[in-house]
Amino acid sequence: MTMQSKALKPEEYFIKDEPFYQSIGEEIEVFEAAYRQGLPILLKGPTGCGKTRFMEHMAWRLKRPLITVSCHDDLTSSDLVGRFLISGGETVWVDGPLARAVRNGAICYLDEVVEARKDTTVVIHPLADDRRVLPMEKVGELLEATPEFCLTISYNPGYQSVMKDLKQSTRQRFVALEFDYPDAQLEAEIIIKETGIEDKTAQQLVKFAHMTRDLKGSGLDEGASTRLLVHAAKLIVDGIKPVTACKTAITQAITDDSDMLIAINELSSSLF
Amino acid sequence: MSRQSLTEAQIIEFLDKCLEVEFSFVKNEIPAVDIVKQSRPHQDFILNLTQRVAATNIELAYQFAVHSKQALEEMDLLMVEAWAMSATDQYDKQGLYPAMSAIKNLDQFIHTAHVKACGAVFEEEASILLPFIQGLAGRKLKLAEAEQAYTDTETIFIPAITALFETKKENFLHYKVTVAYLWAQIQFGSFRVDLEILSNDPDKLNKFSVLENIRLEACLERELPGLYRDMQILKTLFHPEHEQDTENLLSIESIQALLHENAEAAHSLDIIENIKVDQWPEVYCYQGTIQIDQVATIFERRIEKEKAYFRVALSELANEQSNKQDDNPIEETDENSAFKLANKDEHTKQSGNIDLELDGELITPPEHVRELMTSIIVDFGEIPPEYLFAAGPGEYDLKKYQEEEINPNDVWKGTYHEEGAEIYNEWNFKRQYYHKNWCVLRELEIKPVYDDFVADTLNKHKGLLKSLRHTFEVLRGEDKLLKRQPYGDDIDIDALVDALADTKSGMEMSERVFTKMHKEDRNVAVIFMVDMSGSTRGWINEAERESLILLAEVLEILGDRYAIYGFSGMTRKRCELYKIKTFDENYDDEIKARISNIQPQDYTRMGVFIRHITKMFRDVEASTKLLITLSDGKPDDYDTYRGEYGVEDTRQALYEAHREGIHPFCITIDEKARDYLPHMYGAANYAVIDDIAKLPQKVSDIYRRITS
Ligand SMILES: Nc1ncnc2c1ncn2[C@@H]1O[C@H](COP(=O)(O)OP(=O)(O)OP(=O)(O)O)[C@@H](O)[C@H]1O
Ligand SMILES: [Mg+2]
Repeated sequence: MTMQSKALKPEEYFIKDEPFYQSIGEEIEVFEAAYRQGLPILLKGPTGCGKTRFMEHMAWRLKRPLITVSCHDDLTSSDLVGRFLISGGETVWVDGPLARAVRNGAICYLDEVVEARKDTTVVIHPLADDRRVLPMEKVGELLEATPEFCLTISYNPGYQSVMKDLKQSTRQRFVALEFDYPDAQLEAEIIIKETGIEDKTAQQLVKFAHMTRDLKGSGLDEGASTRLLVHAAKLIVDGIKPVTACKTAITQAITDDSDMLIAINELSSSLF
Repeated sequence: MSRQSLTEAQIIEFLDKCLEVEFSFVKNEIPAVDIVKQSRPHQDFILNLTQRVAATNIELAYQFAVHSKQALEEMDLLMVEAWAMSATDQYDKQGLYPAMSAIKNLDQFIHTAHVKACGAVFEEEASILLPFIQGLAGRKLKLAEAEQAYTDTETIFIPAITALFETKKENFLHYKVTVAYLWAQIQFGSFRVDLEILSNDPDKLNKFSVLENIRLEACLERELPGLYRDMQILKTLFHPEHEQDTENLLSIESIQALLHENAEAAHSLDIIENIKVDQWPEVYCYQGTIQIDQVATIFERRIEKEKAYFRVALSELANEQSNKQDDNPIEETDENSAFKLANKDEHTKQSGNIDLELDGELITPPEHVRELMTSIIVDFGEIPPEYLFAAGPGEYDLKKYQEEEINPNDVWKGTYHEEGAEIYNEWNFKRQYYHKNWCVLRELEIKPVYDDFVADTLNKHKGLLKSLRHTFEVLRGEDKLLKRQPYGDDIDIDALVDALADTKSGMEMSERVFTKMHKEDRNVAVIFMVDMSGSTRGWINEAERESLILLAEVLEILGDRYAIYGFSGMTRKRCELYKIKTFDENYDDEIKARISNIQPQDYTRMGVFIRHITKMFRDVEASTKLLITLSDGKPDDYDTYRGEYGVEDTRQALYEAHREGIHPFCITIDEKARDYLPHMYGAANYAVIDDIAKLPQKVSDIYRRITS
């Protein structure tokens, strides 16, 4: 095994091995159809329910590179489209990730798009309707997307404040796929496939997750996500006691309230 | 060398002063005789405590001093202090008489002190037990205090205190297992039998409880092995002698059937008469009691309600379905649509994940119907066939089942209860501890009154407003063009020319040749807390309202997020926060009309409101959080919230707010405020306005100053 990692440009990066994704409904079919029709896609859903994993899987399925941008409140449109840099005494234009994705016919995934500043979301508008173009004002170019290019954004309607709601003019351009935690049986299977944990323990982890999800709104902002269950399962597989694994990987991640911490720890120690 | 003991005269002198002998006429010679015999440290200790108790009540303090000798003989210093403090607590809660008996009845105190020291107390553990059972149940089960532990299937009742075991930890375990066991009774259907049969037969009811324990234990062992282990711990700790009796029962074949996964409560009931053993085991300590009447009442009410809701929901589903099938909806048929249950295997049945079928079409029930189905299945083990007919038009009046809406204004009429209110602690500086769950706070609406006040104000301060607008516009976060940046959106021609000149003369070319737009985000969120106490009546109130109007006008320019609340109340049980503008509301005509109707109310307790607002701020994301209080004087309430007490509680609450990253600031018109505000807010965080007429202008000025 070599410890050296290779530097690859994202647009050259194709996912070679199938990422495991357990489909929950018709999301794969809908995504493929939207892709064929050149429609942009919006993924809605709570944290840790498999949106990123789904994108990796689709990129593999459609054999396109995946360029992911995690949006934050300082993200400007130049960060997406591109900017001038100086090199060797000359100014050169450097494409941003969105422009690179358009040029290379990649799948561009803008994660948590509402976090970006309002003026930033507007630059994706012409790309997200039937024009499918990216205006690059700074260089006076209009970049036309090829059929391979695909724009996907994600959005968690759960805890955004009203101030950060997605604008209607943005959201009405997208085909929306709603994600949620899978039902008990499927979720247990996901945990097993991801970690190799034994069936019984996986079932109990899922049951524990449901207990916390039922407490959403009565003291918890969010219940335990599939991601957290996978984390706990990994610890258990590595020899950590289930109660400890739940405490460190799940409970501590969902609350800081001291009484709530005790209550949830009591729930997990009741289960195992 | 230790200090000299106090003389009797010195002790009497001290007591006379702290017990205000010229008004109270207490005979300090009596306690002094005993106190003089103590060592100096003990003398100091008792006199100090006497003084602290005197802060609550003189008579009580006197009794404390009289009983101090006996107390020192029977308890250590910590306990003596606890005893004194529990008496003052009693005084606060129930008045002088119970407090006096708490002091006089020392033995009782020693006993309960033990119970309290190692017992589990409902008040303290409820905030853990409630989410615990709600997590177990997956629904909003309630938790409440009662003499005995039992459940009516909607609320789980447990005693105020449990001290069966030696340690606090074990007693908490007892609480936990008890609530879980009571939940298990509901979940695994202990009440799904005709309980009437047992209602006049305590012996049979007892035996039923014993058999159900066997069945439920088996259920819990399968579902919650950790909890099952906890049960075994309690059993061996508290009932080791019953083990044999239970073993004996378990050797009986019909009882073994109770261990089976599909065993039902009906089986327990059926076999009672046939079981012949010498000794039935006792009911275990975590089982509570079965209150047949309570269960029956709640059960009937819920069953009726859910059946109504479910059948009405079905008729809605049926309508939707027929609308979907043909474009013109068919007229109501005489016959009620009959549904069927789809995919009815055990697994899906348990989880309530059942689809419905109507005329061969599969329907996935929406969330609220699913919840109803889950609840019905918990009660019956299935959806009874007669439930599956859609309700006919007008068959049910659902209004009948809606719980009466609670109007916050009515809560204080009749008997006082705390539903829908928020409870906060309060700081007692003399005793240096928090009164737990002390203040009851409620948010109330202000009725908008559409009069000329706003227009008049804007007119009156026309000139001021104009200049305010101007100053605030400058403040507004504006796009700034940053020059000579290492990267950016455009080329900075000046910088580029310089850079090229540099290269021509052989120097290295600078890379800082770009311009970049930078928006300064004023990420400020501010809450204004306006004093609505009775003392603001008249022109203070008017000046406050005018200030708010002007402030709102300029804040709109700035784009800062802001909320406005008024506060007032009377005693700790009625703290009222008036919503004038929340963060989510826009400054519109209704808000203006509310400001116009801000009216002086009662008193000013402050700590509780600051704590409430601190909590509200937790959900607000902002890099600067400001709490600005407009007030006309010291905190002051009808009860003991006067003078130092109120000031110190407010100070403590401000400190808590500060710890959570909130910047408090106070604007007051009380000339004497310089005496206490620096102590509460810190020297730089307040402003005293001498001329009330200037309040509107000053408030805006100050706001500008502290946010820029
Ligand atoms: N349907 C699924 N199939 C396979 N794995 C899944 C699935 N759902 C969740 N997971 C597991 O959960 C983990 C978290 O999922 P992922 O990172 O895709 O969440 P996300 O929805 O992108 O969350 P966030 O909104 O926080 O970015 C994955 O790494 C994977 O282990
Ligand atoms: Mg993700």
